[in-house]
Amino acid sequence: MDNFTVGVVVFPGSNCDRDVSWALEGCLDIRTKYIWHESSDLSDVDAIVLPGGFSYGDYLRCGAIARFSPLINALDEFVKSGKRVLGICNGFQILTESGFLPGALVANKNLNFICDDVELDIVSSKGGWFNNGDEKQTIKLPIAHGEGRYHCDSDTLKKLADNELIALRYKNNPNGSSFDIAGITNEKGNVLGLMPHPERACDDTIGGTDGLFTLKSLILK
Amino acid sequence: MDQFAVKVFVRLRPSVLDPAGEATKSASIKLGAEGIKSLRIGKMIEVKIEGNGENEVREKIDLLCDRLFANTVIEDYEYSLEKL
Repeated sequence: MDNFTVGVVVFPGSNCDRDVSWALEGCLDIRTKYIWHESSDLSDVDAIVLPGGFSYGDYLRCGAIARFSPLINALDEFVKSGKRVLGICNGFQILTESGFLPGALVANKNLNFICDDVELDIVSSKGGWFNNGDEKQTIKLPIAHGEGRYHCDSDTLKKLADNELIALRYKNNPNGSSFDIAGITNEKGNVLGLMPHPERACDDTIGGTDGLFTLKSLILK
Repeated sequence: MDQFAVKVFVRLRPSVLDPAGEATKSASIKLGAEGIKSLRIGKMIEVKIEGNGENEVREKIDLLCDRLFANTVIEDYEYSLEKL
């Protein structure tokens, strides 16, 4: 694993790229590399994180413009090859806009930008992103979003539930998400999108370490 | 080449809650407007575009609407087109 490198994508307006890199390098000793969104060369990274922020100023819709970057075009082959992609917050919005994950993220029900710690139930650990192997089925992670209300039609919701693609559900739904959904995976399990920020919960001095497991699982094959 | 002025209307699907519309409806009632049954907020996008005839331009606009202007998971779109 010595040479394993996680690519952290930087869009104009990304603002959690450095946090992700700090959490991976500083807390987990995993090598990272920033990748500018105009790059389509993913040959020297083994996994990718689409970090939070406001790519392209959230113009039109959150993630709508980022979807057309050369990097996202190149991501299709990367995902098909089975390599792991983690989309956090704005990264989750980009993954739904670009069709890697179903559904969409829309304005919070109460219109507030919510910045808080939330309790989350681990529903499925498809792809090994979460530790549901022991008694700990609930984790606490920070959220910080204005458009985090997960929405999908009833057929999609059934498909998500039937195929164990719902990774995380809010214990106390803060934003009106369908079925309390906070994070989902693709069918293969190698793509995870979630609104909470695991990279902000990687050290006890900043309020918890429940995000470590998910970031560490980027190195799974 | 013909030039067209296109107005694209993007609306949240009826099944999608529109909290901004609800907040604006509430303010409208506080302003004293009576009889508002529903208020929903969408987007209007104006495009000037050229192409070889209306059919070709419609094809381009359909692609733009479907892939970029609207997210059809949550939004519907329609447009009007005027030859300049």
